Amino acid sequence: MSTATETVPAPTQVEIPKISIDVEFTGGLEMLFSDQRRHTISLPAANKDGKPATIADLIHYLCEHTMKDARKDLFVLQDHLRPGILVLINDADWELEGEEAYEIQAGDNILFVSTLHGG
Amino acid sequence: MPPALCALCKTERALIKRPKNYQKLCKSCFIRIFEDEVHHTITSSQLFFPGEKVAIGASGGKDSTVLASVLKTLNERHNYGVELILLSIDEGIKGYRDDSLETVKRNAVQYDMPLKIVGYDELYGWTMDQVVETIGKKGNCTYCGVFRRQALDRGAKMLGIKHVVTGHNADDVAETVLMNLLRGDLPRLSRSTSIVTGSDASEVKRSKPLKYSYEKEIVLYAHHKKLDYFSTECIYSPEAFRGSARSLIKNLEKVRPSAILDVVRSGEDMARLVPGAAPSSCACDGKATPNQTPADEDNIGGCGSSNGRTNGGEMAAMEKRLRENEAAEAAGLETEITAEKPKARSQDKPNPTNGQLKTAGTTVPIRLKQKLGTCEKCGYMSSQKLCQACMLLESLNKNRPEITI
Repeated sequence: MSTATETVPAPTQVEIPKISIDVEFTGGLEMLFSDQRRHTISLPAANKDGKPATIADLIHYLCEHTMKDARKDLFVLQDHLRPGILVLINDADWELEGEEAYEIQAGDNILFVSTLHGG
Repeated sequence: MPPALCALCKTERALIKRPKNYQKLCKSCFIRIFEDEVHHTITSSQLFFPGEKVAIGASGGKDSTVLASVLKTLNERHNYGVELILLSIDEGIKGYRDDSLETVKRNAVQYDMPLKIVGYDELYGWTMDQVVETIGKKGNCTYCGVFRRQALDRGAKMLGIKHVVTGHNADDVAETVLMNLLRGDLPRLSRSTSIVTGSDASEVKRSKPLKYSYEKEIVLYAHHKKLDYFSTECIYSPEAFRGSARSLIKNLEKVRPSAILDVVRSGEDMARLVPGAAPSSCACDGKATPNQTPADEDNIGGCGSSNGRTNGGEMAAMEKRLRENEAAEAAGLETEITAEKPKARSQDKPNPTNGQLKTAGTTVPIRLKQKLGTCEKCGYMSSQKLCQACMLLESLNKNRPEITI
């Protein structure tokens, strides 16, 4: 539950190139992200191992930088996206795109939809 | 990786991977197959007849919105000849239901359907906000669920409608199967799996046309058809037992997506072992006799956010209370048959070798079908002197600080 979020090493992001992507939250998830559906994110193009940024990196980034809500467990469980949250990468089910391993491209639209809310 | 092509049309890019069989489909083939499967459920279970008036229990959430959209499409495409009406319940929860009702009002325009809204305040003299003010947040879902069930029936009656469809999906049914399994409540497990509930004795029947539809596909359908739905959690929702069952289901789905429909089918198979109830699974592989059970008992409970979901502990506690109450009034209309009091349950186990439950007369308490009478107070069908809503109202009214009349 209480994953310390303040222990992010101070990023020396002087020369790391960024890629700009659109991230959307729906199905109730916008609640966790300042009640805002659409976010434009400047994501470091490479992760700390120097590999191209993936969805897994994006999820970490969102938790650390975008989500103000303390209930991280409603988005991430055991370091992975919480089951019951769908991801669409440019409108395609992320299961068709390699899930967390998908390498993010500039201009991508990544949509997170919760299925966990009532109907 | 190169984009995969749709397994059906083989021309468009696949956007969906179906949880039930991993089939990769493009948007339009997915929408079509989703609708075709609901149509199959409707026809094989003979849910509707031409000229029937059908009320859609509409909360503004994804499930009921998709249900309304799909039923409108299918009704036109296949000439069901049914008259569809949106029926919404206003529990009286500020900041939650008033927002979702706005969505339903837009849906009424979008789908060109009449809309009827029935409020707890007019039916019971209490809004949920007032109930919570009086009894606190704990256990309020029990009240809300019991009230809602009757409210849908009464709303339907006001409209002269005898059939209410709800947006319960495969994930909901699987959750309920698991919860009832974990509670050891086979009779309720049995009822929760049947696609049609409500008997001839009750005036309103219920059905769940999306019973075999994955929640994931419902959300994707809503997304790709750009449906207008509302999603927020009920502000009073406690998420206790139901939440655990839900997480379990979602975790299983992650590992093996077919698990959800498998749990539903297992539930249907287990239901057949319960005396007095024999639902068939998708009726196409057998007789198309919808299972009929007393509506007043089915699927009680549930908070507004969750379309009939309930907090198990609270419900179990209330049922215990109701059962004690009915035991005290021994005579009455009650025809519950139990071989033994439920407390002896722990030592009773079904014999696993014959795969069958022992029936009444042995040591396993199994509640059989109940005969229905009517509530002395409100005339609503009930197996006891007072219906559940009136019992709850009685205790609420006792606690009301100053009754202003």
